[in-house]
Amino acid sequence: MDILYLLIPLSVVLVLLILLGLWWAVHRGQFENVEQEGERILRDG
Amino acid sequence: MDSLTKADAAHYNDTVVRQFSIMAVVWGVVGMLVGVFIAAQLAWPELNFNIPWLSYGRLRPLHTNAVIFAFGGSALIGTSYYVVQRTCQVRLFGGPLVGFTFWGWQLVILAAAISLPLGYTSAKEYAELEWPIDILITLVWVAYAIVFFGTIGIRKVRHIYVANWFYGAFILAVAVLHLVNSAAVPVSLMKSYSAYAGVQDAMVQWWYGHNAVGFFLTAGFLGMMYYFIPKQAGRPVYSYRLSIVHFWALIFTYMWAGPHHLHYTALPDWTQSVGMVFSLILLAPSWGGMINGVMTLSGAWHKLRDDPILRFLIVSLSFYGMSTFEGPMMSIKTVNALSHYTDWTVGHVHSGALGWVGLITMGSLYYLVPRLFGREKMHSVKAIELHFWLATIGIVLYIAAMWIAGVMQGLMWRAVNADGTLTYTFVESVKASYPFYMIRVAGGVLYLTGMIIMAWNVWMTAISGRSVNVAIPAVKPAHA
Repeated sequence: MDILYLLIPLSVVLVLLILLGLWWAVHRGQFENVEQEGERILRDG
Repeated sequence: MDSLTKADAAHYNDTVVRQFSIMAVVWGVVGMLVGVFIAAQLAWPELNFNIPWLSYGRLRPLHTNAVIFAFGGSALIGTSYYVVQRTCQVRLFGGPLVGFTFWGWQLVILAAAISLPLGYTSAKEYAELEWPIDILITLVWVAYAIVFFGTIGIRKVRHIYVANWFYGAFILAVAVLHLVNSAAVPVSLMKSYSAYAGVQDAMVQWWYGHNAVGFFLTAGFLGMMYYFIPKQAGRPVYSYRLSIVHFWALIFTYMWAGPHHLHYTALPDWTQSVGMVFSLILLAPSWGGMINGVMTLSGAWHKLRDDPILRFLIVSLSFYGMSTFEGPMMSIKTVNALSHYTDWTVGHVHSGALGWVGLITMGSLYYLVPRLFGREKMHSVKAIELHFWLATIGIVLYIAAMWIAGVMQGLMWRAVNADGTLTYTFVESVKASYPFYMIRVAGGVLYLTGMIIMAWNVWMTAISGRSVNVAIPAVKPAHA
């Protein structure tokens, strides 16, 4: 099953990238006052 | 020219949204028509007419490509362009790249519609297109990513709305899946061999295949769900926090569900078990998302009675919930031993495709089309109502027929006599399936009829309206 030597490391890399995305979102304040963000789209025209 | 550019910059780019929306409807009719035709071929094989271009084996990939990538793809790209502009309050980034994504994607579809009936195929399920078309897909997809993420980059609203996260994950994941799975060695202009062989190829194929279900047919359409349900209901999503948990949980756990397509094959046993476990885990985020969408109507259930568009959107979620329950159950090895290779799988796919993907797309397009053509509402609301019932009854007929046929086939194939010989020959199970194949055709005809009514309704709305340019609202300084 040589293919697993490609697919498993690839999954690990993707999970690390997703973690990076989550870290970015948390530290850039994407998750502050979130309920208000849900209402904003109702006013966007 | 300069003043034109400035005037343009103050408006959303809805031209491309109009183009993709109209083509989604057109490809929907075409793809579903091919689907009904091949369903009829299974009931009446004479319909193959002994013409190779019309044979089931060539039309079946044409059907799947047309409904997934032409109908679903056009709807996804079109709605993502609409949503990302509204939620970021800027015009689409990328200038001429935007038009390229539309014309390039249509060219991909046209190339598929010609090459598949002619018999050109890489023989990889849901990725049958030969290498020159694969390269064109790659180019269009890179352009799409630049436009989408570029627009997010220049956004005027600091918060990135949850729908954009889903659309973004869909774009990135599909890029990775396409590149890895389509790796091939070309031997001529229209023939190539996969870079992988045997069970390796099967593993890559279903790693791609199931992640395409997860990111193309789920994450992308969840982006639609999280924008169009709140908009149509006039209420914010039930829990914005839950939508964030839904997103991260879904993308963290999706990648390894694929091996459940290869239970009891040459794939190592532990890999199959990993696939099964991840598939079972997926039930949690899927149902969290479904409940979040449905509960958006909490306290306003009466809207379901009066508003057929909202009914499309909410019923799509109930099919999403149903197929994301059925999927994990079917991934359990012992259940799979009964269901695999039977029409139960076909029924499961269509409860997701017709029920979830189809209905959420139709509901979103019914929301969009009047707004894109400067009308208050669709030309005929009664026709939307009719479409809803035709579609729903069609789906129920289709999936109920396939459940019965599938379980029956599974039971007949495994039945053994006391002396250990098989009770039934294969052809006896085919014969027993015949009535259910006819019910499936009937369900498909109803669903297609609904889609044709939609095409008429969209056409009437478009010709009596005009293409409107919507100005981008001035952003409050606090969010600039």
